[in-house]
Amino acid sequence: MSIFEYNGSALVAMVGKNCFAIASDRRLGVQLQTVATDFQRVFKIHDRLYIGLSGLATDAQTMYQKLVFRHKLYQLREERDMKPQTFASLVSALLYEKRFGPFFCQPVIAGLGDNDEPFICTMDCLGAKELAKDFVVSGTASESLYGACESMYKPDMEPEELFETISQALLSSVDRDCLSGWGGYVLLVYAALLTPTEVQEKILKGRMD
Amino acid sequence: MGDSQYSFSLTTFSPSGKLVQIEHALQAVGSGQTSLGIKAANGVVVATEKKLPSILVDETSVQKIQLMTPNIGVVYSGMGPDSRVLVRKSRKQAQQYFRLYKEPIPITQLVRETAAVMQEFTQSGGVRPFGVSLLIAGYDDNGPQLYQVDPSGSYFSWKASAMGKNVSNAKTFLEKRYTEDMELEDAIHTAILTLKEGFEGQISGKNIEIGIIGADRKFRVLSSSEIDDYLAEVE
Repeated sequence: MSIFEYNGSALVAMVGKNCFAIASDRRLGVQLQTVATDFQRVFKIHDRLYIGLSGLATDAQTMYQKLVFRHKLYQLREERDMKPQTFASLVSALLYEKRFGPFFCQPVIAGLGDNDEPFICTMDCLGAKELAKDFVVSGTASESLYGACESMYKPDMEPEELFETISQALLSSVDRDCLSGWGGYVLLVYAALLTPTEVQEKILKGRMD
Repeated sequence: MGDSQYSFSLTTFSPSGKLVQIEHALQAVGSGQTSLGIKAANGVVVATEKKLPSILVDETSVQKIQLMTPNIGVVYSGMGPDSRVLVRKSRKQAQQYFRLYKEPIPITQLVRETAAVMQEFTQSGGVRPFGVSLLIAGYDDNGPQLYQVDPSGSYFSWKASAMGKNVSNAKTFLEKRYTEDMELEDAIHTAILTLKEGFEGQISGKNIEIGIIGADRKFRVLSSSEIDDYLAEVE
């Protein structure tokens, strides 16, 4: 039994046209027993930056608390929000600090950078960054997610289509993984032209088993 | 900091509420060679006198204006060796910031950290305050910026400032000459004229130093022949 499979998780982030979406499952388990069906894995850092953390749930929560702490101090000192690329470097550095006793979580970072350019990346539990232009996945369902995303993804999707695509990819992948599922949570952020950034959060109903 | 017999701060308050050591440090700055900085609309220029103790000194080996990062430069008035220690520490802090965030350090952050180091030395055991005031000039996402940092650790953002021997005359001159929409080239000329005001002897590319940074965000020190060209323009 791998420590990464103790709680079960599924995370995916995708890039669209001036928008991004990040989605996760909602199951929290203790090996084979399901303990919660509303577990939050995607967290907001600021209006244009979100992080999802898969893997061991306690490490995901602690990692999130540390990152919020660091980001709040950064905001106070520098009087600005962190850019997604900068945040990714920070996450990578924090994970590597624990190189010989790591946090057992794999982050998925999604945000809007300068000029509303969507940015996504993932990294392993030691902080090895993987930037991608299309999608990134993480969690116990990652292999299914890779397959689903690869076949369903198209570049430059509009927000509505991106939402559909990411939802379908998530739901079909978690159905093939007994440790993740029990619904989905999708967050879509798009930089609308005139109004400030719009955010859509939706809960998905999938197979509840 | 300091060994056990000197684990108390040597900088202590006087009854009037002043830190006398800092006042003395400012005196050391005030008797140092004049330096100045001017923030233009599209860049910053810093300049300093480079009076060497003897004609036998190889002036090409002396550089008072130094880089902290590719887009931030610094000039000092006061004790040269003290400024080298600060530049060394600040360079390290700038690189640590970059290593963490993979982003070049904003000027305000570097100034803040340098000032914190200077303040540390006014409140630690067995050390004395730095005998320099620094003028930090740079260009980042917030445009051109010029900061002065004092031995006490206080820092100020300036449109134009001077330090050292001729400070009051230089500042008066700058107050008259400074305009908000000055271009970098005008600022260089004004800097030279300001230095010339209090200069003893014949000014030339060999006894002043000028550093500039423009919208290209690359701080560089002018060569003595470039300075001679500007001097010719100003005559």
